[in-house]
Amino acid sequence: MSDTDMTQSEPSTQTSDKPFGPVAAAFLSAGISAVLLGILTTLSEASGGIKTALEWFKSVGSLSGKTIISSAVFFVLWAILHPVLKDKALDPRKVFMWTGVLVAIGLVLTFPVFFQLFAPEE
Amino acid sequence: MHLTDREWWAVIHGMGLGALFLLAFGGGLAGLYSLRIGLLTERGIIERTRRLTIGVWAMAVAAWLTVITGSYIVYPWYRADVPTSPRSRLLEDASTADWHNFAMEWKEHIAWIAPLLATAVAFAVTYYGTSLIRHQGVRKALMIFFTLAFVIAAIAGALGAFITKAAPVN
Repeated sequence: MSDTDMTQSEPSTQTSDKPFGPVAAAFLSAGISAVLLGILTTLSEASGGIKTALEWFKSVGSLSGKTIISSAVFFVLWAILHPVLKDKALDPRKVFMWTGVLVAIGLVLTFPVFFQLFAPEE
Repeated sequence: MHLTDREWWAVIHGMGLGALFLLAFGGGLAGLYSLRIGLLTERGIIERTRRLTIGVWAMAVAAWLTVITGSYIVYPWYRADVPTSPRSRLLEDASTADWHNFAMEWKEHIAWIAPLLATAVAFAVTYYGTSLIRHQGVRKALMIFFTLAFVIAAIAGALGAFITKAAPVN
């Protein structure tokens, strides 16, 4: 095998730079869905009506509505944002920072000490 | 020695998928960490990227399966409206009520954030492929979010283990 053949048989990592947009779509969708999960968790605690409305499966209770909605929104939003952002050269630092902020908000809203503050007085 | 169907599902949810999750995280994090120019040959980058892709997707799939089995198979037994259910047993005693009011309430919600982040990381690794090594800022951010997904799942997992010890599903 000649040197040329050896070179040609080496798979190449030198692909053209890809825009960051598609990755931004995935991360922003994840961050927004985390916030949505938190909002639904807090609203469900604050309102008996919302809690009942989220009980899509009786055996699972309101957790079913919260998790199905937030997971569905993740995939639907991602499917919408992907084509919108696919050719966009966004700043990765800003996208990751905003994702971090959104996830942090989601974590606070799903923390019992926080969302139980909104529970109606017994 | 005998396990009921419910105990088997608790084992699959907590230990089977949990072990897969841990393994995939270890492999994925090591792969992301070592994906640096100067450490790998061109062939090494290709081989490492292939393993990394498998690791991050394994963690994402394990995270989804863990939350789905936990919330839709094990959790209904835990919260069943009967006096013998783990939830009822924990709530009937003020000294154990916080295992439900705090630990379970936190676990059942926070766990669902882990697969969102793990999936986004897995997509990014697949999208960039072997060119990820030339995006060092992105690689570092992916490590942070990958680790965050793991920490979130680990909190849920640890709380689940403690709750199971206090009031097992059987």
